Amino acid sequence: MSCEMTTSTMLRDKLAYDETFSCVKCGYCLPSCPTYLAFGKESHSPRGRIQLVKLAAEGKIGIEDLENPIDYCLGCRACETVCPTNVEYGKILDSAIDVLGEYRKDKQSFSEKAIRTVIFKQALPNKKMLKLVGTGLRLYQKTKADKVVRKSGVINKVSPSLAAMEQITPTIEKPLARNPYHELPKKKKTKLKVAFFTGCIMDTFFSRVNDLSMKLLQKANCEVVFLKEQTCCGALHQHSAEKETAIKLAKHNIEAFEKLECDFIINAIGGCGAALVEYHHLFDPGSTWYERAKTFAEKNKDISYILSRLELPIVNTINRRITYQPSCHLTNVQKVVQEPMRLIEQIPGIEFARMKSQDLCCGSAGIYNIVHHEESMKILDMKMKTVQETKPHLIVTTNPGCHLQMILGVKREGLEGKIDVKHIVELLAEACDVS
Amino acid sequence: MKVTDEIIDRLKAAIHSSRILTDDADLYSFAFDASFGMHKPEIVCQPMSSKEVAAIVQIANQYLVPICPRGRGTSLSGGPLPVKGGIVLDFSLWDTKLEIDEENLVATVSPGVITSTINDAAQQFGLMYPPDPSSAHVSTIGGNLAENAGGPRGLKYGVTKDYVLGLEVVTAAGKIVRTGGKTVKNVTGYDLTKLIVGSEGTLAIITEATLRLIPRPKASMTAMVLFDEIIDSGRAISKVLGSGIMPSKMEMMDQSSIIAVEEYASLGLPIDVEAILLIELDGHPQALMEEMEQVKTVCMNVGARSVRVAQNKEEEMELWKARKLVSPAIVKIKPTKISEDATIPRSQIPEMFRRMKIIKEKYNIHLVVFGHAGDGNLHPNIITDQRDQEEMRRVEMAVEEIFKAAIELGGTLSGEHGIGTMKAPFMEMELGVDGLEMMKSIKEAWDPKNILNPGKIFPVQGERFELRNDY
Repeated sequence: MSCEMTTSTMLRDKLAYDETFSCVKCGYCLPSCPTYLAFGKESHSPRGRIQLVKLAAEGKIGIEDLENPIDYCLGCRACETVCPTNVEYGKILDSAIDVLGEYRKDKQSFSEKAIRTVIFKQALPNKKMLKLVGTGLRLYQKTKADKVVRKSGVINKVSPSLAAMEQITPTIEKPLARNPYHELPKKKKTKLKVAFFTGCIMDTFFSRVNDLSMKLLQKANCEVVFLKEQTCCGALHQHSAEKETAIKLAKHNIEAFEKLECDFIINAIGGCGAALVEYHHLFDPGSTWYERAKTFAEKNKDISYILSRLELPIVNTINRRITYQPSCHLTNVQKVVQEPMRLIEQIPGIEFARMKSQDLCCGSAGIYNIVHHEESMKILDMKMKTVQETKPHLIVTTNPGCHLQMILGVKREGLEGKIDVKHIVELLAEACDVS
Repeated sequence: MKVTDEIIDRLKAAIHSSRILTDDADLYSFAFDASFGMHKPEIVCQPMSSKEVAAIVQIANQYLVPICPRGRGTSLSGGPLPVKGGIVLDFSLWDTKLEIDEENLVATVSPGVITSTINDAAQQFGLMYPPDPSSAHVSTIGGNLAENAGGPRGLKYGVTKDYVLGLEVVTAAGKIVRTGGKTVKNVTGYDLTKLIVGSEGTLAIITEATLRLIPRPKASMTAMVLFDEIIDSGRAISKVLGSGIMPSKMEMMDQSSIIAVEEYASLGLPIDVEAILLIELDGHPQALMEEMEQVKTVCMNVGARSVRVAQNKEEEMELWKARKLVSPAIVKIKPTKISEDATIPRSQIPEMFRRMKIIKEKYNIHLVVFGHAGDGNLHPNIITDQRDQEEMRRVEMAVEEIFKAAIELGGTLSGEHGIGTMKAPFMEMELGVDGLEMMKSIKEAWDPKNILNPGKIFPVQGERFELRNDY
């Protein structure tokens, strides 16, 4: 522990101490918390974590005591949605992540620091870098090297989590097909002018969903603008105690989009969208940046929010039974709950089968399924049980992380070929004959 | 005695080590419930069978280690807090048994089963498990049994104890004993079942329960009644119940809670009324229509401003929304909520309102009254900030006076939350010296070494009522 951190007043300032007092410890959050349900311990419940953060701020327990409870939190924030006293769990969690990050920085080895720098400061915000990774992956897939590697079992020996994720990495589309929309055709009679936020990981691995999103928006009579100057949203940084970089990226995006006059900024990524609508949380209330961030945040909307309010020219019937796995950040942070289901049910032929505990996180949670693979799989297994009860032909998702996790879940249950996984935009595109 | 390494080794032989918790983070997260105080256990065991419980209790009995059963820690009275340290027995994992016996109209459950799931399971057979504490979707049946939990439906259907036919318990000596059975009628010997229910884990540890189920009513109907005078709402309650109608719920909100809800959610409630009553009737659809007409007439006759009857399920939900929002709304004012449940005979409701108004002004506190008015189980809630020591002292005095008022009016300290640590200092006031002695003698007979949830129910000499945590 560094010296200045030892004083509890400092800790009380850094941790969201005041926010912990809103918790009346009623426990109503317990049934909504995937880690509490999966691990069966109060220390992995929202209520437990809140009390532990409070105790740490009071100096009654050490920062190291927060490590396990906080590290294993998915950050799905389902607890906020059910909380009867509106505890700002997200703020408490983020503050604990930051304090833990600082505490660990002193203990990090040189190589750990170097890896973090490359991932968070260079790779994620840098599309070229991600494209390079993407191209590499594509080559790897096209040359069938992936099959050789998979067969050899080398990866399994290195890390079971990476091995599992490697199996579900989607096919990367060739670079030329990835960015065809620097200039998008303007329609004469447009209802809304919207900018499109692509996201970095999304645009590397699911660029097709971004393409289809923009085409759907045009079909729904929107003028769509694509802004080259945009960068990574910074969500993963924020959740990994890289707040400084998160702030830098937020400022970059705010400045870029401020130059553009538009009604909304649309994205098709539940997780990034949640970071964008909370950009002001990164700044001090009352500051100029806080106000600018707030104005920016209010313009950001998920694609299903906007499409459900416009007229979609649906032409195709889709005769399939569908279940929906909501993105937690779309539900609990962006509060977009009914819209995706309304859109799904608009499509003729579809039988919508809502799964039990639909709002429970699937265990993907950013990079949780990589860093806490075993725990993530426990949560995924709970989820797949309820998925299977609905006997779906297709699982619809609203976020790339959930999407990959669902593919992994289907694979783990041996249901490949029987259950498909699609982003809601892909489903709507099919219904509207957009490709 | 302290939990030593030797005891931990013995416990590890009794129960799988993955269900024994000793990390500080774990211990501290089992140190609280929904009431006040922070008491860190020395060890947490998560048993999943009667045999495991018996083995753990035998060890505790041998080494004289306190042992505190706990469900999911939603208690509002400190029931599961390990005030003397020792072992917390966390039953939340043991939710494995939930069997509905359709022929005998009973459910058999393990202690960790979530209360609302019993009712859900019964529903599939057209049956109902009526007790409905507002935490039913979170709390365990074991905790409900230990505290004898109630709920809004208590008015018509009674509370947890009215639905327990039999128990399996582990005694302080670590023996597994069965009480009662599957029959409604049973007069063989003392009614130990009823004695154990509500004993807050101080007499024995409940490891299984046989619960009575009843046929589910076919329909329900809700009305919202507005009153210019709170006293009239009290009279309306008595008059409705005196007219031969037994509503399934009668919930009230006073003006402070109405204003709080309106500021919080703008539902369009009138903020100039002194009270709102929500009345739910259940039964056969045709009988309901007639009864609702009668309720309307009775309420208007005692001076209600208006009666609105929900015409469909959506409207019904809309009316109940106001009541549901009281809790989140009032904590917007100040974060700490002290939820009391002193209960009085129905006829004294108007008088109790009057006294609470005086207490509110005398101590200058934010007192909000809402709750299960129909059965006299008012919920005076004091909204404060636990960081404000001076105000907390005034709150403590106000709560004491609310207790005194309830007892003077022929009521009780607690309708459904239990005594735990919070109300122990007032036991003598309600029971008298001899009454309390009789209870103590039962405790001594059942648990001579005082290892079962020690420090609960009975006041220690000189113990005072305190809501303040140390900072």
